Amino acid sequence: MTFDKEYYNIGLLDRLSYKNTFVHRLDPRIKLIATLLYLFTVISFSKYEVVALFPFFLYPVLLMTLGEIPLLFIIKKVVLVSPFAIFVGIFNPLLDAGQISLMQGLTISAGWISFFSILVKFTLTVSTALLLVATTSFPGVCHALRQLGVPSLFVAQLLFLYRYIFVLMEETMRIVRARDTRSYGRRGTGIRIFVRLVGILFLRTVERAERIYYAMLSRGFQGDMPTLKRFRITVSDLGFAAFVIAFLFIFRFYPVSEELGRFVQGVFS
Amino acid sequence: MSHHIVEFKNVSFRYPDGTDALRDISFRITHGEAVGIIGANGAGKSTLLLHMNGSLMPTSGTVNIGDLYLTRQTRQEIRRKVGIVFQNPDDQLFMPTVYEDVAFGPLNLGMDEVAVRERVEVALSRVNSLELRNKPPHHLSCGQKSAVAIASVMAVEPDILAMDEPAANLDPKSRRLLINLLKTFTHSRIIASHDLDLILDVCHRCIVIREGMVVADGPSMEILSNRALLEANNLELPLSLQRD
Amino acid sequence: MHMADALLSPAVGATMWAGSMAAIGYSSRKLKENIDNRTIPLMGVLGAFIFAAMMINFTIPGTGSSGHLGGGMILAVILGPYAAFLVMASVLIVQALFFADGGLLALGCNIWNLGIYPCFLVYPLIYKPIAGDGTSNRRIAIASIVSVLIALQLGAFSVVMETLLSGKSELPFGTFVLLMQPIHLAIGLVEGFVTAGIISYVQKARPEILNASFASRPLDAGISVKNVLVVFVILAGITGGAISWFASTHPDGLEWSIEKVTGKGELAGQEQGIAPVLKGIQEKTAFLPDYNFKPGVQGESKEGKSPVWPGIEAGTSVAGIVGGGTVLGLLLLIGFGIRFFKRRTEP
Repeated sequence: MTFDKEYYNIGLLDRLSYKNTFVHRLDPRIKLIATLLYLFTVISFSKYEVVALFPFFLYPVLLMTLGEIPLLFIIKKVVLVSPFAIFVGIFNPLLDAGQISLMQGLTISAGWISFFSILVKFTLTVSTALLLVATTSFPGVCHALRQLGVPSLFVAQLLFLYRYIFVLMEETMRIVRARDTRSYGRRGTGIRIFVRLVGILFLRTVERAERIYYAMLSRGFQGDMPTLKRFRITVSDLGFAAFVIAFLFIFRFYPVSEELGRFVQGVFS
Repeated sequence: MSHHIVEFKNVSFRYPDGTDALRDISFRITHGEAVGIIGANGAGKSTLLLHMNGSLMPTSGTVNIGDLYLTRQTRQEIRRKVGIVFQNPDDQLFMPTVYEDVAFGPLNLGMDEVAVRERVEVALSRVNSLELRNKPPHHLSCGQKSAVAIASVMAVEPDILAMDEPAANLDPKSRRLLINLLKTFTHSRIIASHDLDLILDVCHRCIVIREGMVVADGPSMEILSNRALLEANNLELPLSLQRD
Repeated sequence: MHMADALLSPAVGATMWAGSMAAIGYSSRKLKENIDNRTIPLMGVLGAFIFAAMMINFTIPGTGSSGHLGGGMILAVILGPYAAFLVMASVLIVQALFFADGGLLALGCNIWNLGIYPCFLVYPLIYKPIAGDGTSNRRIAIASIVSVLIALQLGAFSVVMETLLSGKSELPFGTFVLLMQPIHLAIGLVEGFVTAGIISYVQKARPEILNASFASRPLDAGISVKNVLVVFVILAGITGGAISWFASTHPDGLEWSIEKVTGKGELAGQEQGIAPVLKGIQEKTAFLPDYNFKPGVQGESKEGKSPVWPGIEAGTSVAGIVGGGTVLGLLLLIGFGIRFFKRRTEP
């Protein structure tokens, strides 16, 4: 992915995270824990489960629709990062030749089933992880981490990282553009130049850190980052938490797809 | 009234790599004065400003802010009196949201939440940026960032305000707003800038720095109409004076 | 490469998370004890730098997006191991959240693979001894390249182990290793060169940055060599246990790679040692993935009807498939329904 596109992408996700919907207003700690529980539940399924996982799509679907996150955006990102999972998973059909019978006469190798399982789990986990940031700004996630016990030193520099990612990317864009203006497609791109550019960027970064430090000193900084944000749990938050827990419990331990299928079959016979 | 005096006596400063950035600088700024610091690039303006709140310590000579001599021990206290707004607002706005950034100073002063909120709201209102309070800095335009940077320093309610190229990245309208704002302040204002029209508009007094030394110190009107002096310092007459 | 959630099992994920969180807590505490205040903004900004630097493209095939400049070796040189580790952890968190590069549950694995090894193992034990006091450009170059290579090899190997221990993939150990390690060798070479280049550039332009780090951090300060060796031993134990576990459940795959490697046949003593204990644990708790015995890759599945595995029926019976389709259909309805209603009630 080219530089501009990647910058645009992170910028888009960042902007989406500042919307003001019901989902965005939920307590970040709840959302963070809900996401982790969800992911944990999804990957706890055995390697041959496929249709039992389908109901789990409800969670990301709800987040996307209630949170007004564009579907295409999520899909594109999921597809973009899938190569590794596919690369590993594709060996399953090749190596696991145990035959499963689906219905009369139709068999499929178990390897394909485990492969699909991987794909479904991949889609579920990646989309839900993205939706966490999309519906809770990154600083929100960081403050949640801090309130959940992560060391404040770590969270402080994490917030700095976030704050300056965009600044540094812009600076890098300027450097890259300057290079491209004079490389005429040829020798300008290459590892020597790359190293030099990165070196320049590095020095500028260190100098910037010094200026930031002076600015912090000038406003009384003495070593501890002051913090204000304290979230309060509301009824909506508790409701959401209860919903998620029930959701995960039911869909993990009851074969919903199966039951639904039997019901539908019953209706049609 | 002696609280707000800024006095440099024979201040010299040498950088670790050997550069003599300031050489035997002396001047005295009293309460309520608006002073412009002008000079060629590399003359030492920024270095000078950094001495005003102890970000840098003089190699020799003394710096007085109010009743305090600048030492390692008095630095923190001096920082409550002198607020510096640096050139690049991106270096100053380092918190995730505008509100948190403007609150950074007051929180470090040990104020409680209610008092902090008041300070933040007053400071943001003075620069007409109250509605930006929940935005992350990277969603702001240059002018908005500059305004918020000023607010973040104002929130500490310093007695002396020092600024390094405040209008550098502003469009004409934002620049005009800034000039009007600065004219309403009653603090001592020290402004380092190449924007000589701004200096002429805001500051009644000017100090010219060349190669780390003071080469002129007097009323702005006098200095800024002295073509020879200006040109010897890589400067020109302010545009508003050039048509005469 | 970053570990993905879909390939992870709860047991492996939880373990690695616990390990990485402990490391973060420990590093934060150690850092707080003797931190120079200027380090906090520097750490954050250098983290942002890693991202920005990755975005400068260059015409080497294969590498490109989402690398990490050699596991943060340069961070370790500038900031010291604890701070560098925290920065790497932050970079990985942002990569996971914003770029979906590596899963959230897999973060524990990724922070360990790409943070612990470079900062706490390779930097003190390999980089520092080779680079010495930082005055010789050649020594720095060699140190950088070797360190980055080793760090990446360790990381890649760990991904293999974590995937295999999770049991979602059928890739046999041998094949996986033979795929991962060479790729990361190439990446490591490139990133090693880049790291060496940056360090020597900084050395020329602003040496005081490096001198400060070299001078103030003698080899033993902060990292006790004994602790490092203890960790090494534990890792070796885990790796050994994992391999013997494999010997007992995947005789074919491991035999294949053993044959290739040593020219000999099976390992002796497969029924001793950790393997049966682990199997016992696995049978008692449903926590670990089900490792049912499978017929061999080629030959055996042809004899007679292949057994249908327990637990698979629920997922692939006709009812299941019909149900699955119904669920998807319902979800589409719900999704579009909500969207529709939202649009209608919008002011």
